[in-house]
Amino acid sequence: MVSLAIRNLVVRRAGVGVVEQVSFSADGGALIGIVGPNGAGKSTLVQALLGLVASTGDILLDGQPLGRRSRAQIARTIAYLPQGQSLHWPLSVDRLVALGRLPHLAPLSRMTTEDRAAVDRAMATADVTALATRTATELSGGERARVLLARALAVEAPALIVDEPLASLDPAHQMRVMEILRDQAKRGVLVIAVLHDLGLAARHCDRLMMIDRGRLVADGTPDTVLTPERLRETYGIRAWFGSAANVPLIVPIARATSRHD
Amino acid sequence: MTYALGGNDETDAVRIRRVTRGRLLGGLMLLAAMAGVASVAIGSAAIPPDRVFEALIGHGDPIERAILLELRLPRAILGLAVGAMLGLSGAALQGFLRNPLAEPSVLGASNGASLGAVIALYFGVAEIHPAMLPALAIIGAFAALGLLFVLSAGSESALSLILAGIAVGTLAVAGVSLALNLSPNPFAAMEIMTWLLGSLEDRSFTHVMLALPCIAVGIVLVAWDGRALDALTLGEDGARALGVDLRYTRARILVGIAVGVGGAVAVSGAIGFIGLIVPHLIRPMTDRSPSAILLPSAIGGAALLTFADVLVRVIPTSSELKLGVVTAFLGVPVFVVQLMRERRSW
Repeated sequence: MVSLAIRNLVVRRAGVGVVEQVSFSADGGALIGIVGPNGAGKSTLVQALLGLVASTGDILLDGQPLGRRSRAQIARTIAYLPQGQSLHWPLSVDRLVALGRLPHLAPLSRMTTEDRAAVDRAMATADVTALATRTATELSGGERARVLLARALAVEAPALIVDEPLASLDPAHQMRVMEILRDQAKRGVLVIAVLHDLGLAARHCDRLMMIDRGRLVADGTPDTVLTPERLRETYGIRAWFGSAANVPLIVPIARATSRHD
Repeated sequence: MTYALGGNDETDAVRIRRVTRGRLLGGLMLLAAMAGVASVAIGSAAIPPDRVFEALIGHGDPIERAILLELRLPRAILGLAVGAMLGLSGAALQGFLRNPLAEPSVLGASNGASLGAVIALYFGVAEIHPAMLPALAIIGAFAALGLLFVLSAGSESALSLILAGIAVGTLAVAGVSLALNLSPNPFAAMEIMTWLLGSLEDRSFTHVMLALPCIAVGIVLVAWDGRALDALTLGEDGARALGVDLRYTRARILVGIAVGVGGAVAVSGAIGFIGLIVPHLIRPMTDRSPSAILLPSAIGGAALLTFADVLVRVIPTSSELKLGVVTAFLGVPVFVVQLMRERRSW
C-alpha cells in the first residue's frame, strides 16, 4: 500500500503564499476528503502533491522524496483527475479512457491485453462502457465527468487524487461516484478527493482535511472536522446539522455576517 | 486500432467516415508513389515511358538519362521529402499547441530559414557555392529557434510559444523586407522574390544531399512524441500528470522542426499551406488523436507537394509557375471545404 507524508508544504505564487505549512500523512485504504471555501488553496495543494506546481517542504511518496522520481513514476503511482478538465481534440471515449494507460507503456510499444482489460474495467466501473465509441466532446456534462473519472481509474494506480469529481453530476451519479471512490479505498487505494458537498463528504469519507486560506485548519474524522463553529469560521455560513436514516445531513441555512471581521 | 463495442446510428456514421489505419497508410503510400513516378515521368521534355524506364536502369539516350537522373530524380526526391517534413511538422505542431491553425511558420523557423537564404542572395554569398544558400538558411532556422527559446524562456504554455513564434517570424519577415528594400538593383530584388516564391526547379543531388539528412533527423525528432501529443489532449497539467515531461517533448519538436523545416525550406524556398492543410485532410479519416495523424500527414504531405510540383510543369505559362504559388492556390479551397466540414462535425 502506498504511503504519503507531507511536512511543512508551502506553495507561493507571485510571492503570495497559496499553501502555508501544511503537514499530514496518509496511507492506502482510506478515502480522504479535502474541503474548504473557494480559493482556499485545495486544488493548489493537490497539484503540489503531484509535483505539478513548485513547492517547498517535504513530500515523501513511499518514504522517497517526490522530486527524486521521474514524471512517469509519479504518474504510475498517483492517478489524477483535475478540476474542470478540458478536452482539446474530439477523441472517442475509449481512446480517451485509454490515455490512462500511457504511464505504463514503454516508448514505442503498443497497448497489451492487460492494458485493454484495465481500460474495460475502468469503463465498466464508471458506467461508461455503453459510450465507448461516442465522441467525448459531444457528451453531456455528466457523461463527460464519468468518462474522465474512468480515464483516471484506468491508470490503476495505488493512489488516486480527484479534484471536484462531483461537479455537474446529478444526485444519483454523485452518489455513484462517491461509492466508486469508497470502493477504491476499500481495495487499498489511497483516495484523496477535493469536495464541495459537505453532506456527501461527511457520509463517505474516513477522514476530512479542512483548508482555509492555505492552512490546514482541521484534520480528523468528519464529525470532529465539520462543526458549526468551524463552518462559520471558514465558509462564513450557519448550517443545520442533522441525520436521517443514519445519513449525516449538513444544510447551509444562511451566510454568517461576521466571518472576517 | 479501435475496438468498437456495440453500435448506435451515430456510431455507425462515425465508423463509415473512419478508415482503418492500415488502409489509410497504404492508400497514401500509393498516392505518394504515383506522385513520385509522375514527377520523374512528366516534364517539359517529352520522354515516353519506355525510354524513361530504360534511362533509369542506365541505358538509352545520354541526354534523356541526364534529364531524368540529374534533373527530375532529385526534384522528385526533394518533393517527397520536403512535403513529408512539412506535413508532419504541421500535424505535430497542431497537436503540441492544441491549435488546428498551427503550422511550421507559426514558430518562425521557416521565416528564419527564408531570412538566412535571402541574406545569402543579398550579399552574393550564394554564388560562391551551391551549398551556401541552403547552409545559411539552416543557420537562419536555428537562429530563429534560439531566439524563440530565449523569448519563451522556461514556459511550457502553448500561448507563450505562439506569441514568441509570431515575434520571431515577424522579425525575420522584416529582415527579408529590408533586404528587398535595400537591394542594389532590380535584378537582385527579383532574385530574392523568385526564391521566396518557392520552387524545386533545377535542384541537383547537391541539394538532395544537403536537405535529406536534415529532414531525416527532423522527421525522427518530430514523430517521436506522438504519445505525449495524445496526452496533451487533456491539457498541460493533464499530460504531466500522465507522466509526460513536456520540457523534453517541446525540445524534440522544436529542434526537429528547426532542423527539418530549415533543411526543407533551404532547398525549396518558402512553401506554405502544406503543413496547414494536410493534417486537416487526414484528421477526419483517423480517430482524431494527434498521434494517429502524424505518419499519414507525412506521407500525405509528400504526395500533395509532389503532385503540386508536377502541376507546375504541366500548366502552360509564359514564365515558369512557382511551386509556392500553386500550393497557396490549392490550399485555400481545400482549407475552406475542410473548415465547413469541421464546423459541422466538431
